[in-house]
Amino acid sequence: MNLEEFEKIDPYQWQLARTGAMRVLARIFADETLLRDMDDKVGEQIRNVAALPGIVTAAYAMPDAHWGYGFPIGGVAAFAPEEGGVVSAGGVGFDISCGVRLHITNLTCDDILSVQEKLAHELSRAIPAGVGSRGAIHLDDNEMTEMLAGGAAWAVASGYGRAEDLERIEENGKMAGALPDEVSAKAKKRQRNEMGTLGSGNHYLEVQAVRELFDAETAKAYRLQPDMAVVMIHCGSRGLGHQIGTEYLREMAIAAPGFGITLPDRELACAPIESELGMRYLGVMRAGINCAFANRQILTHLTRDVFERFFPGAELDLLYDVSHNTCKEEWHVVDGKQRRLFVHRKGATRAFGPGAAELPEALADAGQPVLIGGSMGTESWVLAGTAESEAAALSSACHGAGRAMSRHQAAKQWTGSGVKKELAEHGIIVKSPSKRGIAEEAPGAYKSVTRVVEVAENAGLARRVARLTPMICIKG
Amino acid sequence: MESVGRENEDFVLFPHDADVGVRGYGRVPAEAFANAARAMTAAITPLGRIAPSEAVEVSCSAPDMEVLFVDWLNAVIFEMATRRMLFSAFDLSIEDAELRGTLSGEAVDVRRHAPSVEPKGATFTGLSVKRDSDGRWVAECIVDV
Repeated sequence: MNLEEFEKIDPYQWQLARTGAMRVLARIFADETLLRDMDDKVGEQIRNVAALPGIVTAAYAMPDAHWGYGFPIGGVAAFAPEEGGVVSAGGVGFDISCGVRLHITNLTCDDILSVQEKLAHELSRAIPAGVGSRGAIHLDDNEMTEMLAGGAAWAVASGYGRAEDLERIEENGKMAGALPDEVSAKAKKRQRNEMGTLGSGNHYLEVQAVRELFDAETAKAYRLQPDMAVVMIHCGSRGLGHQIGTEYLREMAIAAPGFGITLPDRELACAPIESELGMRYLGVMRAGINCAFANRQILTHLTRDVFERFFPGAELDLLYDVSHNTCKEEWHVVDGKQRRLFVHRKGATRAFGPGAAELPEALADAGQPVLIGGSMGTESWVLAGTAESEAAALSSACHGAGRAMSRHQAAKQWTGSGVKKELAEHGIIVKSPSKRGIAEEAPGAYKSVTRVVEVAENAGLARRVARLTPMICIKG
Repeated sequence: MESVGRENEDFVLFPHDADVGVRGYGRVPAEAFANAARAMTAAITPLGRIAPSEAVEVSCSAPDMEVLFVDWLNAVIFEMATRRMLFSAFDLSIEDAELRGTLSGEAVDVRRHAPSVEPKGATFTGLSVKRDSDGRWVAECIVDV
């Protein structure tokens, strides 16, 4: 990206002034290096987002932003319904409520290393992953409706996980306002055999080590300790979310001119929040969020079962579960006033600061855990939402490392066997049905997550709490 | 955007940060659509590994050719996902923005196919259906994987 296009607010915030059809300015959180390395398309896409009806404050891009479709990945934008604000299927994306959850354990790294290969093998057998995999849970029509309305609460009531998990999930594991009956038969069919599956691409289950703590007080509130083994799960709403995204992108792209909306890119497909289409999409998308909650909850259950076989009495308590592809109705202070906004985060994490009413009591003083998945060879992070985050970017932070090169380039540069061997030499066991998939997800294909989280902290989006490194990685 | 050829001259996969771009060429739009579907499959596994032993019929219609192209790829994705199949041969006809196609393939064999990515949906980003300067039809878009 050409830095000359930007006004430098401070070393970590860069601004694009309102030009052309932009209704608000655009702001990117990055240092010079991250900004220079970002694709020009990020600038183009964030400008397009800033031109959508009813957008308030600014269009934001997080430090891990990269070229997406419609919105950049790492894009955040909020819309006011009373100003003709829109909800955009393109602003949520195909993998509705894709997210990350982290379990803390009563196990040490040495406990894991003593059974590392066997544990990796058993996890890879228990967690359905990759194209063509099927879950063991098959829902009939009634169960599908209950799942789409109940989310993780449905999963717990069905025997997957524990009641105390729920308060550690956004929305207490059950997104209100879901409209399961409006979810198409095709979307439900696509999900029928996919409950409790990981998916493929950049989705994974990792057993990780807590390597370094940065904020002792918050780490204590999160019950994180050095050398503790933790389990991170990254996946989303599977086929149901993908089909909802497919259907509503099409419907909204075709309907937009009828609402008087000119789309600079049809992938920004949107409809007024208060239109029938907008409200219907919100209800269906919320059902997709519940599907993702339920899916990750089932994966938690399957993981606990495997750990119980190796370590009887093992505790895998849920620290928190965050989603990074959503549109949420939230109240935020804008220009000194509380406003009801529909906040799109596409490849961005909600990051509520200390005292937020949505947080469980045990986390209220520390702020919301913000879970950042890295690449399989490097590191992941636990951050905490800050009091400044609301003013900075409507309580939002980054979600991952962001790719530095395309899948195609990565597959040309590395082999799956080579990556697997190199990671094994560093003590990381990778299990995946696809060697090419491993090559495409090679750690070198990603940006430095370390730099991304440093910038997030320096920009006031979230503060660093703990650095995690992988020991076992199960990929689709 | 730089294009990177793979498999043959009928289609290319082109880079997109986290996803893949698919482009098919043809003497008529239907042929370009079929080759773009082959490109999408090639992003998952080499086409030569998929036996075209079982046929599945699909149909779709749309207000314009670009939306029809997205609908076509999404119809292929839907059949792949719900039937747990991969397809290597695509035969289709287009008349008055109505598409009828036959997908030929087989059930996913994880060991043999080793699928690397799972297409989630064809997007409107980078979407184009048009003739190039040589008169060939070119159909392309970004597929979210």
